[in-house]
Amino acid sequence: MSVSNQQKNLHLLWRAGFGPSNADLASVEKRTPESLYKEMFTASGKTPAYIDVADKGLRDMLTDMEGNQSMQKQQLSADQKRELRIKSRDGLKELNLAWLGQMINSPQQLREKMSLFWHGHFATRTINIIYQQQLLDIIRSNALGNFGDLLVAVSKSASMINFLNNNQNRKGHPNENFAREVMELFTLGRGNYTENDVKESARAFTGWGVSFDGQFTFRERQHDTDRKTFLGKTGNFNGDDILKIILEQKQTARFITQKVYRYFVNADADAGTIDWLATRFYQHNYNIEALMTDIFTSDWFYAEKNIGTRIKSPVELIAGIRRMLPMQLDNEASQLLLQRLLGQVLFYPPNVAGWPGGKNWIDSSTLMMRLRIPQLMYAGDVFKMKPKDDDDQMMGMKDRDDADDNTIPPAGKKNSGRAGQQIMATINWTNYLKQYEPIPKENLLASISKMILQTKTGISADTLKNYVDANSRESFIKTATIQLMSTPEYQLC
Amino acid sequence: MTNQVFRRKRNQTSINQQSEIVFMLIKRKQFIQLGSLATASLFVPRYMKAFEAPRMVPPGNKVLVVLQLSGGNDGLNTVIPVRNDIYYSSRPKLGIRKEDALLLTEEVGLNPALTGFKDLYEDGSLGILNSVGYPNPDRSHFRSMDIWQTASNSNEYLNNGWLGRYLDAQCSGCDKPVQALEIDDILSLSLKGEKMNGIAMRDPKRLYNTSHEKYFKDVLAQHTNEPREQTVDYLYKTMADTLSSADYIFAQSKLHPTTAQYPATGLGQSLKTIASLIFSDIDTKVYYVSLGSFDTHVGQEGQQKRLFTEMNDAIKAFVADLKTNNRFSDTLLMTFSEFGRRVTQNASAGTDHGTANNMFFVSGGLQQKGLLNAMPNLADLQDGDLKHSIDFKDVYATVLHKWLKSDDEKILGKKSSYLNFV
Repeated sequence: MSVSNQQKNLHLLWRAGFGPSNADLASVEKRTPESLYKEMFTASGKTPAYIDVADKGLRDMLTDMEGNQSMQKQQLSADQKRELRIKSRDGLKELNLAWLGQMINSPQQLREKMSLFWHGHFATRTINIIYQQQLLDIIRSNALGNFGDLLVAVSKSASMINFLNNNQNRKGHPNENFAREVMELFTLGRGNYTENDVKESARAFTGWGVSFDGQFTFRERQHDTDRKTFLGKTGNFNGDDILKIILEQKQTARFITQKVYRYFVNADADAGTIDWLATRFYQHNYNIEALMTDIFTSDWFYAEKNIGTRIKSPVELIAGIRRMLPMQLDNEASQLLLQRLLGQVLFYPPNVAGWPGGKNWIDSSTLMMRLRIPQLMYAGDVFKMKPKDDDDQMMGMKDRDDADDNTIPPAGKKNSGRAGQQIMATINWTNYLKQYEPIPKENLLASISKMILQTKTGISADTLKNYVDANSRESFIKTATIQLMSTPEYQLC
Repeated sequence: MTNQVFRRKRNQTSINQQSEIVFMLIKRKQFIQLGSLATASLFVPRYMKAFEAPRMVPPGNKVLVVLQLSGGNDGLNTVIPVRNDIYYSSRPKLGIRKEDALLLTEEVGLNPALTGFKDLYEDGSLGILNSVGYPNPDRSHFRSMDIWQTASNSNEYLNNGWLGRYLDAQCSGCDKPVQALEIDDILSLSLKGEKMNGIAMRDPKRLYNTSHEKYFKDVLAQHTNEPREQTVDYLYKTMADTLSSADYIFAQSKLHPTTAQYPATGLGQSLKTIASLIFSDIDTKVYYVSLGSFDTHVGQEGQQKRLFTEMNDAIKAFVADLKTNNRFSDTLLMTFSEFGRRVTQNASAGTDHGTANNMFFVSGGLQQKGLLNAMPNLADLQDGDLKHSIDFKDVYATVLHKWLKSDDEKILGKKSSYLNFV
């Protein structure tokens, strides 16, 4: 079966970004995927603005007027430490929503999508807003740049160094945590290095630390200057040398390419294609942009078997709905609750290996919740769901998320309090409705379905017609759209 | 895709007719106590097979209830070494005095809030296992919880849990994943398998109501398998399992709802739901429920007391109910927490993250009772934390092998040494 341009374009918009915006919809039938990719590629060219949400008082606490470190952690009083924790936690929520906002609204779709990939690849958890927004900036700035630069910058970031304990990695008392994960998860993959390589490289990373305000520092006295043998080479290596040797291994290109392929193309890895891509990625000196262009301009990317087979992550699902149907949320923070209920909270990956993805997103609770989200947004249905506590996030304090999210102000209604929660959304339908204007009534359902669903199977018109409001053309389009989004098929892209 | 967007459903039987058949089967089953419904199953759509041949629970059917104490419960103020000087000198403010503790022996007392546990101890229905942990302990909540829930080593990352893998082993080929239920809105990693997932629900009626939307049932009914769409089929399978299990669990929960009084707390109501299901014909082997947060960095005494009171009163009611209904010797309740806490109190009348911890086993069918091993050695610490003497994976293996009669080696991926409490 031939794949239409519309399908190809929607496929590209979902995979290289967070789905079609309603501005994209008008042209997806006519244009070619080549021109669309070119446009997406160009739009993602600029370095994005730093997302700075950290409380000013917090920054002042850590840095003085000249931007130098003003405090050591030990100098903070108990009250200041508490303030740091609370403000960091609140800051992480703001950072989450600010970045999610970029995924929904930014024209730099390719960059933000790539950043979400790297956010899961270089997964860290640190309850320090300054470290986390710094790492996010490193990732977003380098998302389409050079993988080697990205690797080095992430490895030297406060977030990573704290998360994988390299601050505690000292000459004579090595901490191997970072050395192991950098090879196992970030570059080579299991089976491509030995335990001895872990030990030796851990010695090379000794002395890599960060100051309390988040600046990388090389502590010369803690660094082990002796000879190390690593992946067959011997020398007085430091951390930079080790990363360089890792990047010299073609296996690093292969490992990254495979992960990229499984994320952006198909979870079923195609060995021949991956090998071709990896070879070029390596030859292009780890140019990420070139790798992604290889993928998105190839014929095989648009093959039928690659379309509509990927389970959207919770963040992709939320962003996707909001791109298609622009909406005003009375309480933006309700999106944090959705992330928690669906199992993907930005900046809180399950572990250093990131979100496993694919079928792991789906169980009985998350699937039923996914199916209900469009209804919750459209009709403001009340739902009673409580996410699990996250002790790392809450640190023994009362879960304020509950308090926040339980009081999502239901417009015009009395707050139902603990009885249930609502997402009060006002959807702006104007643009969306407009693009169906030329479609005759009898083709309307098929036309909407083609815009909403990427899968080969759809929902039978016989079933749907019992659940759409045919009183007016407008209500028909609205309800059909919402019902089509409330299906297993819509979970895929 | 273009010409296949709207498929006509082949089977013209309406969903209502199908549900009627299904309900007839359930009713019939209650009279004839199961048997092969193979002939009847011809009329049941594939996704409704969960209803097919629901086996009566045989007497002696063992049930496991896992109670997760989230946040890192302070084990030393749970089972208290009342004659240990190091304990009192490390905790001048937080240490629980001997005269306040509920004494089990001259050396050991329970937290004053755990009165029901003291009764269970006297009754021979309580086992206490000290110093349970794992090598190279991790002091991060989420990481250590992952390790406990997946039964991994501390340097290994698994995407599925030990009870999920139990489900994989136990339930391969069965359409109904109700063998492991979590009383919660979100499914824990513990109950996620490689192939099968347990089901999470706060209460059967609510699960029934939320999944009972006619639209979802109709969407399910119109779907036909599509060989090129394996992921779509997987989602439909999960949806079908959920919808049919929701109906089934709800029907079961109404068979013999418990009439006993339970406290009006979260845990009290969860254990009441569990009791009603244990008394029904449902083939659930594992129930999972959490209580928290035990992350008592600040003001530990009040917070732990509040949570312990909830736990104590709920379990007291649960045990009494099980005894009345003759199911106590077939039910094992086990508690765990992702780690214990520092031996030394901190400056905020609390304790920080630690390592090894104790576990409780509550059952009328224990083979070994009371204190199952020695109290932790406070004179032999590692970085201020208790050393573990029992790997928690051995506890899992014991429960899987001896209680649930399953292949622990396959589920845990290694041979373990069994303990003797069951």
